[in-house]
Amino acid sequence: MNRIKQKLSEDKKILSIYFTAGYPKLDDTVQIIQDLEKSGVDLIEIGLPFSDPLADGPTIQESSTAALKNGMHSELLFEQIKDIRKSVSIPLILMGYFNPVLQYGVEKFCQKCEKIGIDGLILPDLPLDVYQEEYEALFKKHGLINVFLITPQTSDERIKAIDDASEGFIYMVSSASTTGAKSGFGQEQSAYFERIANMNLKNPQIVGFGISNAETFNQATEKAKGAIIGSAFIKHLTENGVDSIGGFVRQIR
Amino acid sequence: MSYHADEKGYYGEFGGAFIPEMLYPNCEELRQNYIQIMEEPSFKEEFQQLLKDYVGRPTPLYFAKRLSEKYNTKIYLKREDLCHTGAHKVNNTIGQILMAKKLGKNRIIAETGAGQHGVATATVCALMGIQCVVYMGEIDIARQAPNVARMKMLGAEVRAAKSGSKTLKDATNEAIRDWINNPVDTHYIIGSVVGPHPYPDMVARFQSVISEEIKRQLMENEGRENPDYVVACVGGGSNAAGAFYHYLDTPEVGIIAVEAAGKGIHSGESAATSALGKVGIIHGSKTLLMQTPDGQITEPYSISAGLDYPGVGPMHAHLYKSGRGEFISITDDEAMKAGLELCKLEGIIPAIESSHALAIFEDRKFKKDDVVVVNLSGRGDKDLQNYIDYFNL
Ligand SMILES: Cc1ncc(COP(=O)(O)O)c(C=O)c1O
Repeated sequence: MNRIKQKLSEDKKILSIYFTAGYPKLDDTVQIIQDLEKSGVDLIEIGLPFSDPLADGPTIQESSTAALKNGMHSELLFEQIKDIRKSVSIPLILMGYFNPVLQYGVEKFCQKCEKIGIDGLILPDLPLDVYQEEYEALFKKHGLINVFLITPQTSDERIKAIDDASEGFIYMVSSASTTGAKSGFGQEQSAYFERIANMNLKNPQIVGFGISNAETFNQATEKAKGAIIGSAFIKHLTENGVDSIGGFVRQIR
Repeated sequence: MSYHADEKGYYGEFGGAFIPEMLYPNCEELRQNYIQIMEEPSFKEEFQQLLKDYVGRPTPLYFAKRLSEKYNTKIYLKREDLCHTGAHKVNNTIGQILMAKKLGKNRIIAETGAGQHGVATATVCALMGIQCVVYMGEIDIARQAPNVARMKMLGAEVRAAKSGSKTLKDATNEAIRDWINNPVDTHYIIGSVVGPHPYPDMVARFQSVISEEIKRQLMENEGRENPDYVVACVGGGSNAAGAFYHYLDTPEVGIIAVEAAGKGIHSGESAATSALGKVGIIHGSKTLLMQTPDGQITEPYSISAGLDYPGVGPMHAHLYKSGRGEFISITDDEAMKAGLELCKLEGIIPAIESSHALAIFEDRKFKKDDVVVVNLSGRGDKDLQNYIDYFNL
C-alpha cells in the first residue's frame, strides 16, 4: 500500500512539513528529511524550487531563489535522494510547479519518482481537467498519488469533483492567500473548516497555509486530519540552520 | 482550421489555464461571463463611445509615401501611436475596466514593464473612479521614472516587485499573488494576450478593433479589405493580435510578427522567444517561453522595455508553430535605425517597440504593388531618453 494512504489510516493527527530542496545549503536535503522523520513528523513535502512560484509568499519565494542560486535542479535533487529509502520510511511528496516537470519529461519524472520511492506529487498549477485527460493514467502507473488543492472560494460542486479525482488526501488551503505564516485563524476559517467537515468527503483533508505553531496546528486539526507547515519551518531553517529541527517539531506537538 | 482560440482557450496545443486552485474561481467567473458581457448592447455602446471620444478612434491608416518610395512597396501605417496615452494598450484597458464594472469589482490591479500598460490602466481607473494598484519591477521603476510619475498623478499606487529578477515577469507574479489574496473584489487587468484563459482571447478581442478599422480604411484607400501583409511587433503580442485578428483565417493575407533580438539572437541578451523559446508554462499559459533546460524561466533583454518578456501569447506560439505567421527578429541597433528613419522620412517619432516592426524593410523585400500594413503600436515620447542616449542627441 502507498505509504501516504497507510499513514492516513492511522488514528492520529498528521503533521506534514514542507521544505525547499537546496536550502539553506545545497546539500542539506537528506539530513533535513532524516531529522524530520526522527522528530516524529508524519509526512514530508520536498519542494522543487521554481523561478516563478506564483502561489507562494515571500518566505518560500526567497528560499526558492536561494536554492536555485545554490545550484538546485530536478536531476540533482533526484541524485541527492536516490538512496533515501535506505534510511527513511516516512511518506515523501514532491511539491513543485508544473513547468520543471514538463521540461524533465512527465513520464521520465514519474519513473524516477517511483524508482526512488516518492509517494505523491503536489503540482498546484497542473489543473484538474488536464491531469485527468493527460496524466492520471501515468501517475497511477507509477504509484504516485496526486494531491489537489481546495480554497475557501472553491464551490461545493468543484470540491466534490476534486474529492472524486483524489485518492490520498485533499490539500485544504486555509484562506484566500499565498503561502506564509499569519497570526492565527479567525471566525472565517472556523466556518470554512466546519463547512468542509460537514461535506463528509471520501478523502481526509490536510490544512495548509498559515500554520506556524502549536496553536494554529491545533486549530487546523480540530476538524481536519492534519496540517502542513511550510514557511514557518523555512524561517526556522534560515535562522537556525539544520541543527535544531527536532526542537522546531517539538514546539508544534 | 481556425487560428482563434477554442472554447477552452487553446490555440492548437497552446493556451489553456495552468493556474493554482486559488485562482480558479476568479478565472472561471471571467471565463463564464466575458463573451456574454462583451456582446451586451449596453457594453458595446459604452465601449465604442469611449474608444471614439476618449481614445480618439478610429486611428488613421496613413499611406507612408516617402517610406514606400524608399523600400519600393506600398506601406501603410496604422496609427495606434495617436491613441490617448500614446499606444494601443488603452484599447484593452478601456474594455477591461468596463468588464470589471459589469462583474461588480471595485479594485483594479495590473502589472507593467515599461509603464505603458500601467499608465493605460491608471488612466481608465481615474476615468471610472476605481482604486488602482500597479505592480512594477523594482529595476523598471528606477529606469522608467516618467511613467511612474504619470501613474501617481493619475491616482494609482505603484508597488515595487522585489522578487526574482525584479522586472516585468516578477511584476506579473506579484499581481497574480495580489489576486490570490483578494479574490472577491478585485479584477486583474492583464496588459497583453498572455496569462490563463480567458485573458489571451479577451485581450485579443478588445484589440481587434485595430484590424476591424484597417479593413474598412483599406477599402476606402485601395478598394479592397485585405492587404498582402500585416506587420506588428510582439512582446506579449497584444498589438499584433489586434492587427492580425480579422485576418487570421484569411490565408491570402501574410502575417509578419517581429520580435526583439536584443544584442543578437545568440548573444545571451535577447527576447526572441520564437527562436529561443521552448514549450512550457508561464503565468498560467502553455506557450513558447525562454527557459533553462531545467524549466526555470530566464530573463530576456531588449532595448525596448515593452518587448522584454520571456514568453509570447499562445496565439503567437501557434502562428509560429503552424507556419501561419512569419517571424522575424530585429536587433536593438536595427530598430533604433529604423526609428530614426521614420522620424526623418515621415515626421513621426515611433515607440522603440514599433521601430522593430519598421526595421524589417531593410532585409525583407516586398513586391512593388504589395500592400503592407505596419501597426505603429505607440509613439516615442516615452523613449526620448533612450533615443537621446543612443544617438548622442
Ligand atoms: C508601444 C508598444 N508597443 C508594443 C508593446 C508590446 O506589447 P504587445 O506585444 O502586447 O503589443 C508595448 C508594451 O509596453 C508598447 O508600449
